Amino acid sequence: MGAHEFDDRPCLLERSALQKLLDVLRSRGYTTVGPQIEHGVIVYDELHRIEELPIGWTDVQEGGSYRLERRNDDALFAYNVGPHSWKRFLSPPLRLLWRARKTEDGFEFVVDEEPPPRYALIGVRACELHAIQQLDAIYMGGPVADRDYQRRREALFIVAVNCGKAGNTCFCASLGTGPGVGSGYDIALTELLDGEQRFVAVAGSVRGVEALAEIPHRPATDADMARAEEIVAETARHMGRHMETAGMKELLYRNLDHPHWDVVAQRCLTCGACTMVCPTCFCFTVEDATGLSGQVAERWRRSDSCFTLAFSFISSGSVRTSAKARYRQWLTHKLASWQDQFGTIGCVGCGRCITWCPVGIDITAEVAALRAEESGPLRPEPVAA
Amino acid sequence: MAMQRTALLEAMQQPGPALQATQAPIFHIDAFRPYRCRVVGRQQENDDTFTVELRPVSARRHAAFAPGQFNMLYIFGVGEIPISISGDPAEPDRLLHTTRAVGVVTRAMAKLREGDVIGVRGPFGVPWPLEALTGRDIVIIAGGIGLAPLRPALYYLVAHRKEYERVVLLYGARTPEDLLYRNELEHWRARFDLEVYVTVDRATGDWRGNVGVVTSLIPRAPFEPRNAAALICGPEIMMRYAVQALQKRGVDATQTWLSLERNMKCGVGMCGHCQLGPHIVCRDGPVFRMDQIEHVFGRGEV
Repeated sequence: MGAHEFDDRPCLLERSALQKLLDVLRSRGYTTVGPQIEHGVIVYDELHRIEELPIGWTDVQEGGSYRLERRNDDALFAYNVGPHSWKRFLSPPLRLLWRARKTEDGFEFVVDEEPPPRYALIGVRACELHAIQQLDAIYMGGPVADRDYQRRREALFIVAVNCGKAGNTCFCASLGTGPGVGSGYDIALTELLDGEQRFVAVAGSVRGVEALAEIPHRPATDADMARAEEIVAETARHMGRHMETAGMKELLYRNLDHPHWDVVAQRCLTCGACTMVCPTCFCFTVEDATGLSGQVAERWRRSDSCFTLAFSFISSGSVRTSAKARYRQWLTHKLASWQDQFGTIGCVGCGRCITWCPVGIDITAEVAALRAEESGPLRPEPVAA
Repeated sequence: MAMQRTALLEAMQQPGPALQATQAPIFHIDAFRPYRCRVVGRQQENDDTFTVELRPVSARRHAAFAPGQFNMLYIFGVGEIPISISGDPAEPDRLLHTTRAVGVVTRAMAKLREGDVIGVRGPFGVPWPLEALTGRDIVIIAGGIGLAPLRPALYYLVAHRKEYERVVLLYGARTPEDLLYRNELEHWRARFDLEVYVTVDRATGDWRGNVGVVTSLIPRAPFEPRNAAALICGPEIMMRYAVQALQKRGVDATQTWLSLERNMKCGVGMCGHCQLGPHIVCRDGPVFRMDQIEHVFGRGEV
């Protein structure tokens, strides 16, 4: 670890130190990426200056609705997650897998491998850290790794943020994936807004310790620490949604033919928006392209959605043709079969699928409805004789 | 925050910040890049079905494969599809694939000629559990092109014939003209230690054999149900009826294996396309023991 001067207890940063942190990371070759407002929503894009953050803004989310609102302070992180997730940097929606050139007696691959981008993600929430860990399991946990993902992942620097506010569509607390960050970050911040704006910073890795050592900081007081803990606890108490996970896998497997799927299917447009905004939806397809001359062929990897008909197409046609079957596949995969495939629930409780569903279908409500309907309608108490 | 202190101390033991990442095995191969193979042989099996033999272009050799495994085959500029290996596992250098021209890629494959170069990734998937079935009656039930992934199993069984009791092949095709591997069928039929029964849905020409679906052969086939293991590949509907007919004779789901077809884009368990309930077919299959998929197999649109 070396004889650096950093006291490894949590420290306190002023807002100006965060700009220094960006500068330090950029000087180390990282492309810093963070939340900012674009077209009326908070998205993730390259972040040069702290001023580009959605300062003094918050978001108001509900099923099928999202809008930004002004706060009466200069908070840097007082909002929740928007339609983007970090998977677009780790597993970009469109990527060239390889390129090949026709030769006299066949074809050959063109070697044009570029070094992976080095991203420093600023403002990663607890649910999003869990989402990244799930992508790790899928793309790197098997016998063969997705090399491009692995290279991006290994180069990654993560500045996480504890949520100081819960959204109306948030339910991380019931899944144990937030709102406080657990592990897997380089630096974790908690924004304190009482009195002077300041940030409690904790390093989670040697690289995090080294980065913090280069920026102005002072030790966090016990009072600051207590306040930071309180903020996370307060956020946990204000979750807009809840999902009961006990026996959920069995509940869903038992009810593949439940009539409630037909009820959801009447609303579901099979547009796939939920799969695009979901930070863990990992499915992809491949597309082949050739130049006009037919001399060069490329293989592209593109994010895919289980809501398309092509997704399950085999020689006899699509396996899942009805909207009901496709919604059921998405939900049962996320909440049940994911557990068999990768050992965890595939949902991190971020609420994006609820907010960005054009008709406001709510994953927590659907699970609750199956639960309620399985236990049967309430019957009146028998009248005592 | 006390929890975060602990996390910090734990993190200090780790070489880097990507805690999860550094725990994963590191592979420096590109899972998505095929190796190039030249078509060194081509055999038309029937109207729309053909077999190609592939040899690596470079000095590398094909990896050994087990009966029931598949490769991803890539046609330059057209696309890539999963095709089961249909050759002899004892001769991995002679890589054979039997394909029916039904889609864009398979129709392009049908036009391959000796000397053409295609891409290969694999072998992938869980094979037929032949080594675990010694001492048993083996009942192989194939429908149409479903014989292709079972042919390696037959080669293996013939090569290890003494280790098994009866070996029975029940094979059904649409018409006599659709039968695959006709010479080999004759050769297998001529052996005293194999029982080969062939049926067609529709008799044409001078066909004097069985007429009817392949499942109709199951009640009459010569095997001892209590000691039998069944390996099935064919259209899903045929496999469902085959399982039922086997169960009627007393061969239960734990002694029945099936090879399933699903959409596959990666072959390495990452693209999500081949899911069947809890299973990722390219990774956990394509061969499954029936009792492991009973709750999802044949269930509408799962």
